Amino acid sequence: MERNNTIPLHAAKSPTGADTLKGFLRFVLSELKPKGKIITPFNVISGIIIAVGLALIVIRFAFGLASVTNLSQEYPWGIWIGFDVVTGVAFAGGAYTLCFVVHILNFKKYEPILKATVLNGFLAYCFYAGALLLDLGRPWNVVNPIIGNAFGYSSVLFLVAWHFLLYTVCQFVEVFPAVAEWLYWPKVRKYAKLCTTGAVIFGITLSTLHQSGLGALFLMASNKIHPLWYSGNIPILFFVSSVFAGLSMVIAESTISHRVFRDQIDPHHHASFDDILIGLAKGALGALFAYFFLKVIDFVHGHQWTQLNTPMGYWWMVEMIGGIIIPIVLFTYAILKNNRKLVQVTAVITALGVILNRLNISVIAFKWYAANRYYPSWMEIWVTAAVICMEIWAFRWIVGRMPILREHPDFPEEEHAHPEEAEVVKWKASAM
Amino acid sequence: MTITRRGFLKFAGLTGSALLAAGARAPAKAATAAAGAAADKEFFGMLVDTTKCIGCRSCEEACNARNRLPEPKESFSTDSVFERQRDTTPEAFTVVNRFPNEKEPDKPVFVRKECNHCNQPACATACLVKALEKTPEGPVIYNKDRCMGCRYCMLSCPFDAPKYQYNSPSPYVMKCVFCHDRIVKGEQPACSEACPEGASLFGKRRDLIEIARERIYKEPGKYYPHIYGEHEAGGTEWLFIGSAAPEKLGLRDRENVGTSSYPEKTAGFLYAVPHIFILWPTFLFGLSYLTSQKNGKENEHGEE
Ligand code: SF4
Ligand code: SF4
Repeated sequence: MERNNTIPLHAAKSPTGADTLKGFLRFVLSELKPKGKIITPFNVISGIIIAVGLALIVIRFAFGLASVTNLSQEYPWGIWIGFDVVTGVAFAGGAYTLCFVVHILNFKKYEPILKATVLNGFLAYCFYAGALLLDLGRPWNVVNPIIGNAFGYSSVLFLVAWHFLLYTVCQFVEVFPAVAEWLYWPKVRKYAKLCTTGAVIFGITLSTLHQSGLGALFLMASNKIHPLWYSGNIPILFFVSSVFAGLSMVIAESTISHRVFRDQIDPHHHASFDDILIGLAKGALGALFAYFFLKVIDFVHGHQWTQLNTPMGYWWMVEMIGGIIIPIVLFTYAILKNNRKLVQVTAVITALGVILNRLNISVIAFKWYAANRYYPSWMEIWVTAAVICMEIWAFRWIVGRMPILREHPDFPEEEHAHPEEAEVVKWKASAM
Repeated sequence: MTITRRGFLKFAGLTGSALLAAGARAPAKAATAAAGAAADKEFFGMLVDTTKCIGCRSCEEACNARNRLPEPKESFSTDSVFERQRDTTPEAFTVVNRFPNEKEPDKPVFVRKECNHCNQPACATACLVKALEKTPEGPVIYNKDRCMGCRYCMLSCPFDAPKYQYNSPSPYVMKCVFCHDRIVKGEQPACSEACPEGASLFGKRRDLIEIARERIYKEPGKYYPHIYGEHEAGGTEWLFIGSAAPEKLGLRDRENVGTSSYPEKTAGFLYAVPHIFILWPTFLFGLSYLTSQKNGKENEHGEE
């Protein structure tokens, strides 16, 4: 608290000059310029993907959905929903899970990766909401459920839409201090920080509801989804799987960040990184176990033994063994052996398992009986890739400028975990 | 923490109760809407007696004219359309299909297909802007201007009735609306008016069920004893009877669609929402309070 006073709240001139409107614009404009080498293999490839993707988007809006997608009367939802939204949002679940761990459980050990994770979640929501607009037939009417041009209260989608919106705002509040630090607005930052706890608590609540709400969307398709995947528990299954989906994404994402933005990360964080990864793996393992048991209960309750010896049954086992049982075994082994590499590999396997599961429910096991199955067109896949590339660009741009992975030298964290404290935390975590 | 405990509580309480109010209203409304639809209201309905249908496709033609749909490629008098099973399309809200007749092989069965106008429609429950709405008269109608084109109605409808204009840059959901504007004027739908055989009988749903029961009762040899739509998907305004089991007539077999109402499938989830809005923030706040206190104590000890 005293430290707060050391920050010049009424500094005559902020180093960025962003305290006047003109200065602010000039500063933002100068920051818009790319840093570092422009022609890199990644930039060239992703640039091409984005350019072609944008062209496809123009075609989609000019000529209708059929010009780009393989959607049909049988398959109203393709991979733009099934992958971009239903899968993407699961991966963004890392943000609320980590918020829970850091802000609610007070495990400060994970604080170094929290900001990046929340930022990732926030960007994911922005870009997936954007991708959702592409899929809407009449996107200009998307404001209807918000401005109240007839509220469809009874619709799960109404709930999901509102929670999406509110949660994106919560996440924005959570990342905002970093934006304020970047602009050197100490006062704004202070007020933004005050809102964090509220945003975190409501963010977690909203996440619980819309992560499970995404699953609840499919409750009405009860006669269209293969019985091995359909269950009245879909909402709970979606919620639990978003925990390990999110955590494995955090493991994968922070691993990449650690390589790419090596120069940004302080040595203290580097040293604790292995420890963090192992901790995340423990969390993911717990959620995987819970999920596995829920799946087994569903399976036994539904008396679905006869379904197993069918092509869809084999496919189901691929998902169960490859996406759940193998990750459980590998995570357990990795945690016991303290093997960081194996944690990272397993995180990737888990993530693939989640992708498989979400695609199964929304596309593959959906109308498995249909004569004309849906396959995404190359253009749908391309646009999806373009959206992902844009998100990476946005992430890179922000991390390159704002104190996300590092700390702003003028705004040190008030509650920093001391090494001894970290030990206590570690002990607590392992006792859980 | 830079925020006082009391200040935070106040903030949490305020925001919480605001959200709570919003959250709690939603399922309550949903429940009354569903209950209203299920109440013994005198809905209109249509009884399709497939033993009377001769496959003349007059209903298709009347529907096409009435809804100003584009002219089909094959004229309404060509029989070649019966060579394959057709589904409704954005340009055809009702289609007649031909099925083999097991009892009399030289007299095939013809069955119409369109939106069944469920008593408790999945599509209207699914729609987040009420573009699809159940009217007090029974028809499930479509408000073009509200629709945002999410196609959740298509995903939800157990009968796959809503169809979409994928080729249009400004597309709409297309389906039979039971000529709602005619019904409110006291007229009957265009299709049943055009039917020369009385195979599509328009009336109060309750009366239609009586008629169907009577027909089945009086001629047990002629009719398969099942009124398709009486209970399917929680009951539909459109009822079908015929000489064979529903699954032989292209009506989805009962087990698949089920007899429970579709909105009920999501009701449990929606009911849980306000509970979570109460329980989660309280629990989370308590937990964070506990853990931070604990840390505080440890710190104090450490400093001592
Ligand atoms: S059949 Fe489908 S479109 Fe028609 S009312 Fe029922 S749910 Fe809605
Ligand atoms: S496509 Fe239109 S009518 Fe169907 S659920 Fe979405 S907004 Fe409602």
